Amino acid sequence: MNLHEFQSKELLAARGVAVPRGSVCYDPLETLIAARRLKCDIVVLKAQVHSGGRGKAGGVAVMSLEEDIRGKASEILGKRLVTNQTGPQGKPVSALLVEEVLQVDKEIYLGVVLDRKTGKVTIMASPAGGMDIEEIAKTQPEKIYTIAVDPLRGLTGYQARALAYRLTDDNGIAGQISHVITTLYQIFVSYDCSLAEINPLVISGDKVYALDAKINLDDHALFRHPEMELWRDRSQEDQLELSARKDGLSYIKLDGDIGCIVNGAGLAMATLDLISLHGGSPANFLDVGGGASEQVVADAMSILLDDRRVKAVFINIFGGILRCDVLARGVIKALKQNRVELPVIVRIEGTNIEEGRRLFEESQLPIRMIGSLDDAARIVVETAKGLKTAG
Amino acid sequence: MAILVNRNSRVICQGITGRNGKFHSLACKAYGTNMVGGVTPGKQGESVDGIPVFNTVLNAVNETGADTSLIFIPAAHAKEPILEAVDAGIKVIVCITEGIPPLDTASALHTVREEGRYLIGPNTPGIISPPEKCKVGIMPGYIHSPGPVGVVSRSGTLTYEVVDQLTKHGLGQSTCLGLGGDPVVGMSFVDVLKLFQEDPETEAVVLIGEIGGSAEEEAAEFIKSGGFTKPAAAYIAGRLAPPGKRMGHAGAIISGGTGTAHEKIKALEAAGVTVVENITRVGEVMRDLLAQSAR
Repeated sequence: MNLHEFQSKELLAARGVAVPRGSVCYDPLETLIAARRLKCDIVVLKAQVHSGGRGKAGGVAVMSLEEDIRGKASEILGKRLVTNQTGPQGKPVSALLVEEVLQVDKEIYLGVVLDRKTGKVTIMASPAGGMDIEEIAKTQPEKIYTIAVDPLRGLTGYQARALAYRLTDDNGIAGQISHVITTLYQIFVSYDCSLAEINPLVISGDKVYALDAKINLDDHALFRHPEMELWRDRSQEDQLELSARKDGLSYIKLDGDIGCIVNGAGLAMATLDLISLHGGSPANFLDVGGGASEQVVADAMSILLDDRRVKAVFINIFGGILRCDVLARGVIKALKQNRVELPVIVRIEGTNIEEGRRLFEESQLPIRMIGSLDDAARIVVETAKGLKTAG
Repeated sequence: MAILVNRNSRVICQGITGRNGKFHSLACKAYGTNMVGGVTPGKQGESVDGIPVFNTVLNAVNETGADTSLIFIPAAHAKEPILEAVDAGIKVIVCITEGIPPLDTASALHTVREEGRYLIGPNTPGIISPPEKCKVGIMPGYIHSPGPVGVVSRSGTLTYEVVDQLTKHGLGQSTCLGLGGDPVVGMSFVDVLKLFQEDPETEAVVLIGEIGGSAEEEAAEFIKSGGFTKPAAAYIAGRLAPPGKRMGHAGAIISGGTGTAHEKIKALEAAGVTVVENITRVGEVMRDLLAQSAR
């Protein structure tokens, strides 16, 4: 679950990290009032969406109080912001963060992640702030400084100080940066984050501010932080993906026209790759999981049938814990309930395959069973393209 | 001898009286695994179809000489059972549980490594050695057959797909191991390749990777440096994945320029690994590789 910039800053500010003065606004008049209340010459309006690259996409506006702030706000609010990370459909903007504009003397990158390789919480910092960390890693990797935190000792004061002194020679600034590092680490650990990032952390005169912040919570640990659900912004998440999650499914929308149901994430990815290898284009990634019930399979099928782009459905199941007969019952149930006549290509293998096959054959629905995975993928691609298929 | 588990492994199941724990303990036993006990606090003295249940892992180890554990404990509580297994002296810990908070896994893994034990998983189908008739996991046993191919994978059902193909091509397996699909797991490709290199029964290896992280690139580096010298084929899932999306496996997040399928394929090919583009061709590619090396 991702937090908005203003929510991330709220967590930081509550722990004593300085952020620019400002407030969150939900309509243009409110935005104007908030801007005037800041009593400074220049303000910045920042669209609150779960995406980076907002500036380039027109989601950030630096304005003087003389300009038409209310007009600009109504231009951005209610729009869908399309950035290089959102895909063509963009993300709706329902809130603007209005902030004072600070003088920036230096920009620093600060991020906390869990390093998969070492299994340690790792703090990354760079004097090349303002850029994406991926970009810094590519162009000037020598400017990324990291510290790995021992899980039993936690972050020590000297580690934070040592890192701060690599970013500045000024004692006062180093003290503040060291406090920010410690705070960001504490937030990461206490909220089970998958990412906690301040970019840029700016030096402005003799003070340090978090100018932008991005905090993502790990979904698997949300049960420990039920209060954070209040901060979930459903408008930023895909509706089909949301309803799939409610059903215990893992669903991701893609751009094509072949609906896919697969068990297991790895096999699901391999199935998508196989479809594209045959020249087709999948409409989604959908993993029904290892131990899906008949109802879960039916729900999965219904999600695909709700998607109007889908021209053909491909079901690829390697039954382990999920039995083929359970799968067949779920699929048949959904097809009968939804009365949809889409062509369905099924390739099943594994536990209780005979029973699954019999159920499909006796269902009298437009379902084709194909034994070979490669053939099945080829046929579903041809079907979606409306070609006649032999065999 | 296969790797990590064999016919002499003495296996317990933590969480044996739960639905999955019971089902899979019995399936492992039916496959031939030496299931010597199970652990569920408060149920010592009971038995699960002849497998004795103990209150603690230490009791189970003392009574049965167990050295391997299969863990089926819900994600919210799965960290402690790993630590309990380590403290009781278990050598190989197989954690099936999916969705453990990554920081919990990370902190348990720290102890596992300090004590020099093996953690397979979490979020793994487990490990199976067909020649040794030993299965410690949830994979369907019947698709496997004994033979010379080692299989190491980050995925579950995708591994079944590949193993099924190998078996249908007459290629049996020495050991098949799922590393686990979570961001932090106990073993890496490199760890497993080291073991396969030392295992005389393993003549070739199939690596099944996916987008995210850098485990495949590290494996490529290891092979290139001469750490693994047997024939190897690889398949990488997720060439189509949109950046930043989580495709089921938490491990499969790609961001920026790292962890893409393309980069992994390039690294593996540079290390002399045969990378298979079409998942349905892994079996025949492996057959050809083995035929070549026999010449």
